[in-house]
Amino acid sequence: MGLTGLEIFKHLPKTNCKKCGFPTCLAFAMALANGKTSLDNCPDVSDEAKEALSSAAAPPIRLVKVGSGDNVLEMGDETEIFRHDKRFNHPTVVAIAVNDNEDIEAKIDTINGLAFDRVGQHYEVDMVALINASGDAATFKAAAEKAAAKTQKNFTLVTSDVAAMEGALQVLADRKPILYAANKDNYEKMTELAKANSCPLAVKGENLDDLAGLVEKIVALGYRELVLDPGSRDTSKVLADMTQIRRLAVRRKFRPFGYPTMVFTSKDDPQEEMLQAITYVAKYTGLVVLNTTKKELLLPLLSWRANVYTDPQKPVAVEPGAYEIGEVNENSPVYCTTNFSLTYFLVEGDVDATRIPSYIISVDTGGISVLTAYADNKFTAEKITAAIKEYGMEEKVKHRQIVIPGAVAVLKGKLEEESGWEVIVGPRESAGIQKFAKERFA
Amino acid sequence: MAVELLKEKYRSQVREVVLGATKEEGGTRSHTLKVGGESALPFLHFEGTIPNRPLVAMEIWDIVPEEWPASLKSFFEDVYDDPGAWAKKCVEEYGADLIAVRFKSADPDIKDASAEDCIATLKKVLEAVGVPLIVYGCGKAEKDNTIIGPLAEAAEGENLLLGVAEQDNYKSVASAAMAYKHCVIAQSPIDINIAKQLNILIAEMSTPLLDRIVIDPTVAALGYGIEYSYSIMERARFGALQGDRMLAMPTIANVGHEVWSKKESYISEEEQPGWGDQAERSMAWEAATAGALLQAGMDILVMRNPNAVGLIKKLIDDMMKG
Ligand code: SF4
Repeated sequence: MGLTGLEIFKHLPKTNCKKCGFPTCLAFAMALANGKTSLDNCPDVSDEAKEALSSAAAPPIRLVKVGSGDNVLEMGDETEIFRHDKRFNHPTVVAIAVNDNEDIEAKIDTINGLAFDRVGQHYEVDMVALINASGDAATFKAAAEKAAAKTQKNFTLVTSDVAAMEGALQVLADRKPILYAANKDNYEKMTELAKANSCPLAVKGENLDDLAGLVEKIVALGYRELVLDPGSRDTSKVLADMTQIRRLAVRRKFRPFGYPTMVFTSKDDPQEEMLQAITYVAKYTGLVVLNTTKKELLLPLLSWRANVYTDPQKPVAVEPGAYEIGEVNENSPVYCTTNFSLTYFLVEGDVDATRIPSYIISVDTGGISVLTAYADNKFTAEKITAAIKEYGMEEKVKHRQIVIPGAVAVLKGKLEEESGWEVIVGPRESAGIQKFAKERFA
Repeated sequence: MAVELLKEKYRSQVREVVLGATKEEGGTRSHTLKVGGESALPFLHFEGTIPNRPLVAMEIWDIVPEEWPASLKSFFEDVYDDPGAWAKKCVEEYGADLIAVRFKSADPDIKDASAEDCIATLKKVLEAVGVPLIVYGCGKAEKDNTIIGPLAEAAEGENLLLGVAEQDNYKSVASAAMAYKHCVIAQSPIDINIAKQLNILIAEMSTPLLDRIVIDPTVAALGYGIEYSYSIMERARFGALQGDRMLAMPTIANVGHEVWSKKESYISEEEQPGWGDQAERSMAWEAATAGALLQAGMDILVMRNPNAVGLIKKLIDDMMKG
């Protein structure tokens, strides 16, 4: 991926023997860079060069999978520093910590309930991080049994005690949990365990230097399904470390950091903890473990995650259609706007704030705003009329009144003619909707 | 193994803007505040300096904010009728770095208050607190053009941060800032080109004003398109560090204004049982919006909920540790 012909050329035998069918090694390298031939066509390439070229061709950050069956979470495979360049691929996994010496069943019930519906999307907490807080292997295993029976969510098993890890794996190995964590004392055994059970292995360093060294040792043992924890816990240090790991992996192709990352929040106060996690979701973290199970704090966090991981290159659009805001009925007001998502969400928020259940027709303008769409003939009387019909408004409401944005008041006459509906010109700015609705519909 | 850190070398830095003026400087503030000046991406202390911490302004109104949910209003129940007392409470009890006065009363659909009425209120606030002030009109440009000038004149020398200059309406605010020695908020609609263009237009009126502009890139609330604002900010800040002087201004975000009209802020747990407690959720929504924007390089956050302010100030403390 992304290797130039010259970079490839450096690794070739440079004999120009033509066995590959190209006149020179350089010509072969150029063709290879363009994906027009394969390295196998050069019989004389050394194993060393093969290794160098294949690892240079690997993605900068490895794709690591957690879980099994239908329940696989993908982490890593990121290629960007800034989301405006290209979409971030795999949303930060959000895990909730459960201690093996607390009331497992009650806590897991709570975690299972951490699911949210907002703006037509469904958000969930992804994972349970089961912590061997008791320090006792039998307790850890028993907790794993209880937890496994209670939830289909994925797991991270948190213990540096190899025996305890082994015990919990007897219960959970099939679910392919993350094993947290290999450190400088236990990494050989932990790596063996991860390998034997094909589970992703978290590597915890004491700092970036330590982490890189540890990763190299584990890779030398032949294992690469890794998740990196730089060990930092202070918010600004975590930000610095996550930034370095991402930059070095993507920009320098520094192999020891070419894996997804994880971190634990460190604040006791749940609100402060949520803000730490907001920071980590913004900046490159692959998995964050929190303690809080408060819905009012996890909803903003999961919403932020959804926002960060949207595709910045997609037209900024919501699905065209008739949206129901509140408990609508056949007398509910009908508004229309474009499907430019910023416009739509503003209007939705303001219509919602009227507390009068209403419909909003989001007309397909290809994701552009009201005035631009009007100027471009994409927000026209014909289009709005077609939308009224297509989305079944004539069946959904008894009345025949539609509110149009004040900025396109000129559409009124034509739209009345075209649709047969009475057109009410709404406010120019979405913020005026509350007052408008109060006067008109309350 | 020793890891060689990847530190960006930037050609430039964000301009530093001073807000407020003390007696010696021609104003009456107890102290001034500096904002901006970063020579690194947000809080990346390893590759540059973040000389000034981001500031948290608290927003006060000159009318009772009926539309605020009870969970927010209750903090200020005792001071609504007195903008001076309200401002004082924000500074003394809640640690506001700045006060943002929003002259809602001037709205022709509310009280249509005159410039004189607004000046009287501004004077009260200036007397009540020593921190630098931000001044917003009612949000309706035609009316605001008639009050911002007189307010600027009445507070000559205070080095207020005057809002807002927009692409099609910047002259009155910019000339008021120029004539009476204030700073100006240049607001652009989530559009980096317009942000830059507006700064160029203001610079054409007065080059020295360039060091007294704060960009409002327009932010959306968390869950309502914040990612667009976030990415515009990241691009602008990266551009500034790479040497684009016309984007190298500190930034301001109207966080409270955006957040508190959204469903997540006011809908009760009874109506939306899956979303948790309304009072804490709304506070968290404001704090999370602000926390996210800090990661894109926001320099001034205009907020409403005292608990959200407290949390964000703690987060800033943590982020400023090198
Ligand atoms: S076969 Fe290999 S060594 Fe021979 S010319 Fe082709 S690339 Fe060069």
